[in-house]
Amino acid sequence: MTTTHTTTGATTTGATTTAARTTARTRVASLARAELTLLVRNKAALTYALLLPGSLTLSMTTFTGDIDLDKAGLDLPTLVLPGSIGLALVLAVYMNLVGVYVVRREELVLKRLRAGELTDPEILAGAALPALLMGLVQCVLMVAAVGPALDAPMPKAPLLAVLGVVAGLALMATLAAATAAFTKTAESAQLTPMPVMLVSMMASGLFVPLDIMPDRVAAVCEWAPLTPVIDLVRAGWTGGMGAGEALKALATAAAWTALAGWTVRRRFPWEPRR
Amino acid sequence: MELGDSALSDSAIDVTELRRRYGRPSGPSSAQGYEAVRGVSFSVEHGELFALLGTNGAGKTSTVELLEGLAAPTGGRVRVLGRDPYRERAEVRPRIGVMLQEGGFPSELTVSETVRLWAGCTSGARPVGEALELVGLERRRNVRVKMLSGGERRRLDLALALLGRPDVLFLDEPTTGLDAEGRRETWELVRSLRDQGTTVLLTTHYLEEAEALAERLAIMHEGRIAASGRVADIVAERPSQLSFALPAPLSAADLPSLAQLGAAERETDGRTVRLRTRDLQRTATEVLVWARDKGLELGGLDARSASLEEAFLHIAQGLEKTETAEGNAR
Repeated sequence: MTTTHTTTGATTTGATTTAARTTARTRVASLARAELTLLVRNKAALTYALLLPGSLTLSMTTFTGDIDLDKAGLDLPTLVLPGSIGLALVLAVYMNLVGVYVVRREELVLKRLRAGELTDPEILAGAALPALLMGLVQCVLMVAAVGPALDAPMPKAPLLAVLGVVAGLALMATLAAATAAFTKTAESAQLTPMPVMLVSMMASGLFVPLDIMPDRVAAVCEWAPLTPVIDLVRAGWTGGMGAGEALKALATAAAWTALAGWTVRRRFPWEPRR
Repeated sequence: MELGDSALSDSAIDVTELRRRYGRPSGPSSAQGYEAVRGVSFSVEHGELFALLGTNGAGKTSTVELLEGLAAPTGGRVRVLGRDPYRERAEVRPRIGVMLQEGGFPSELTVSETVRLWAGCTSGARPVGEALELVGLERRRNVRVKMLSGGERRRLDLALALLGRPDVLFLDEPTTGLDAEGRRETWELVRSLRDQGTTVLLTTHYLEEAEALAERLAIMHEGRIAASGRVADIVAERPSQLSFALPAPLSAADLPSLAQLGAAERETDGRTVRLRTRDLQRTATEVLVWARDKGLELGGLDARSASLEEAFLHIAQGLEKTETAEGNAR
């Protein structure tokens, strides 16, 4: 160390002082790459995020036999396909990311990153990208596996399904950061995602379509964060959604995302409280 | 405001009446909070190595975090390279290097993966290998961060701080946890950076570190600067000390008067006498001549100029009536 630093220091000063400034893209890409490495090395989180949505989807195909799907104007594929995508969003993106944000904060990584050139939104986005990528891949795999297995028809309005997935990814990542804002330790990160997770699974038409719920319950569930996402994805297959309805669904998802983003901006602690 | 900015832009770091209060300022019940930084002012010239010295909890880290732009001050003003490090962080960050008191690294990344991550977020970053070589970690490059010793983590953090060849370097307790060898190597590295023109602000609670590295330093105590200036200036404020043991029958009362000895204070502890004086040579001469004339042999004779340690302990023990630092800040 003693023999090398003076020479390396002297020869390189000046040569690269005008070297390229980083951009938001390079910074986020660099952080996302590191997070991807960490995701691959975190066997527990990976197993959980990869296996749970698939196995829950499998169980869904069996117990939905009790639901009167005709009443909802649905069949098995148009219930299970959006459900599987919803599960991928909730488990692989939301649950996974709450843990990522909280653990990085506990490790003081967020604070260290904030001392560098990354802006706050860049830090949150860079940390989220691998989970978002994993969620997206899972959505695609679900469709590829569930579709043929249940003999599903081709989507009638694929654009709506794509919009739904994109809105869902943004919503889940922002909600994860908002949840992490209210999570003090890695241990409590096992519990704090429960409300959003349960509401998303029970009240978003993920397992149980809103159409077979009592009207009053359905009227409330309509405003759950993930409901517009599931509606859009389902409409991708059924085609039963007008432009106005689609816009309303997108606006609802965007409003939840904005609310979560505002919470993050105001409340997110960047270092552990000790 | 504009005028003030341009007048002060000569300094690399300029801090005026800085305050930092913890607890949400808008919250109704937390109106008091805890004020960790209570009106701190100092400036650091370009290419200077400045140390903030203080006991734990003196407010060093709270101050440095404001300079790094990690938080907005509750009051007062900070300028780093002529800019507000919090509001203009996009302009300031590419030119500064930061080593936090406690490095935050994902434990499952390797050393070189960590540097690579950081390099992607740092303008004009050095190559990964060069950064690791600077801090002597090149042989640990494929080791996971969780396997590193505390000292190695400090050096990894230093590598990240140096990655962008910063104009201004903030080092928060850079050698805590390092062994003597590692500490000396870090000192040498920091000196060589200063020699290349880097402005360095470091905090430390090691006196010898401040003394070895810093051109000027400030001693913080309870959120304020209790003394600042060159080591010699700070030490000059403190009296020197002469101590010795009187032989058996004699007591302190047998000594010449304080005025005759040119001493300011006398303390006795059994047979040991301790004299504090602004003029060590005169006091020592008077005592020695007196002893020779009486044919006495003084035991444990010790003449000691004021030291930074003595000045520091004096402040840390809260003996200092928090002097305003303005007078000797420069």
